[in-house]
Amino acid sequence: MSPSITLATAGRILTQLRHDRRTVGMMALVPTLVMVLLYYVIGDRRSFDAWTPVLLCVFPFLVMFLVTSIATLRERTSGTLERLMASPLGRLDLLLGYGLAFGLMAAVQVTLVLAVSLTWLGFDLSAPVWPLVVVALGNALLGTALGLLCSAFARTEFQAVQFMPVVVLPQLLLGGILVPRDQMAAVLEWISNVLPMSYAIEAMKLAAVAGAEGDFWRDVAVVAGAAVLALLLGAATLRRRTP
Amino acid sequence: MMSYAIAVRDLRVRRGRREVLHGVSFDVPRGTVLGLIGPSGCGKTTLMRSIVGVQVVAGGTVTVLGEPAGSPRLRERVGYSTQSPAVYEDLTVAENLAYFASVLGAPKSDVGRVLGEVGLGGQARQITRTLSGGQRSRASLAVALLGNPELLVLDEPTVGLDPVLRNELWGLFRRLAADGGVTLVVSSHVMDEAARCDRLLLMREGDILADDSPGALRRTGEEDLEGAFLRLIAERDEAGTAGRS
Repeated sequence: MSPSITLATAGRILTQLRHDRRTVGMMALVPTLVMVLLYYVIGDRRSFDAWTPVLLCVFPFLVMFLVTSIATLRERTSGTLERLMASPLGRLDLLLGYGLAFGLMAAVQVTLVLAVSLTWLGFDLSAPVWPLVVVALGNALLGTALGLLCSAFARTEFQAVQFMPVVVLPQLLLGGILVPRDQMAAVLEWISNVLPMSYAIEAMKLAAVAGAEGDFWRDVAVVAGAAVLALLLGAATLRRRTP
Repeated sequence: MMSYAIAVRDLRVRRGRREVLHGVSFDVPRGTVLGLIGPSGCGKTTLMRSIVGVQVVAGGTVTVLGEPAGSPRLRERVGYSTQSPAVYEDLTVAENLAYFASVLGAPKSDVGRVLGEVGLGGQARQITRTLSGGQRSRASLAVALLGNPELLVLDEPTVGLDPVLRNELWGLFRRLAADGGVTLVVSSHVMDEAARCDRLLLMREGDILADDSPGALRRTGEEDLEGAFLRLIAERDEAGTAGRS
């Protein structure tokens, strides 16, 4: 692994994004637009305050998962991955390059959503903002890491897109958004306990109410740990030699 | 022991249930332009992938520049260009080259040099997706020329190019071998290109039919290489039938 190759890789991915303005625009704006839509659909200040942290949690994850899994699948199918695997580039250089580049995109996305929510939409946050940003970025990195991992099991872009509902929907259903986790059937609660998104949602709710207090750091550590684990598993799927 | 650029011993490769290379052996001295000639599906690409070290092999050894193929120290000494262009389609040609140059630790000035070598100077700022097929494969070839590779493995680098460009590239290959002592492995199924190699491996169905200079192959009695190739196949088939009966 070398820092200069990692940075060159992140720079290359950002240059690719720069040539694709529509994707960048959608990544940056869509979460904000959905937030505005939610505001008018709910029309009730207190429910909106409850929903905002959830969306802040879900969006960065969702977008980063999709973009990363398609981008790495393209590397695999276009032959650029084979070329890189025959070069001095380390596997972590590639993974961290993606993490850095898309993490930066996630930061832009989250900043914009938060800015619009806190000003125009009047999201009433009594706690400091930074813990929300920490969780959102951590979750974005988790999305990137899982996207990298899942792309190894997809042969086509159609398959890669199908992984999105497989990975995301159960985590949302079991994450305590619709039904609080302690009211679920025991088996479902156990499953919920091993899904990293449950901790991200809990951390985000805590952050919105009380800031970085209580179980906040434990939850953030679980999300970060899951992201690192997924990155390492993703690294294992990048092979120097293929059949 | 003479220092060979490539030494292959009894190389066997399986893809799925099929064995695609059946125990291939040969040596290539440094500074040689080696042509791999044979019909598509004969194992040329698999052999090249084994030399680069990206192919899972079932048996035998491949030694490249004194090291086992694919070892980390070889990664900046071997340039590799696949048959289908392996470049980022959404980057410009120059951006592609700049990225691969920094991965290889090659100087930035290399970008201009290789663009000139493959004749893409005018397309440097063009998005790779918008290039013609031949231009795109030259962009991919340019990546393999970055840095100072001691061995270049080029899979069908001249497919889809007009005769003038093809001639220029072969001039470049000869120059690299003569001036820089670079060893080149170039696959092709065009017989008139074979004449420009120092040595030819004629391959068929995962075996090497012949391993000789183009001149020596022509002296087998046929006037051109295509004839020599066909005759070798016929002889091999006869020997096979005779052996079985």
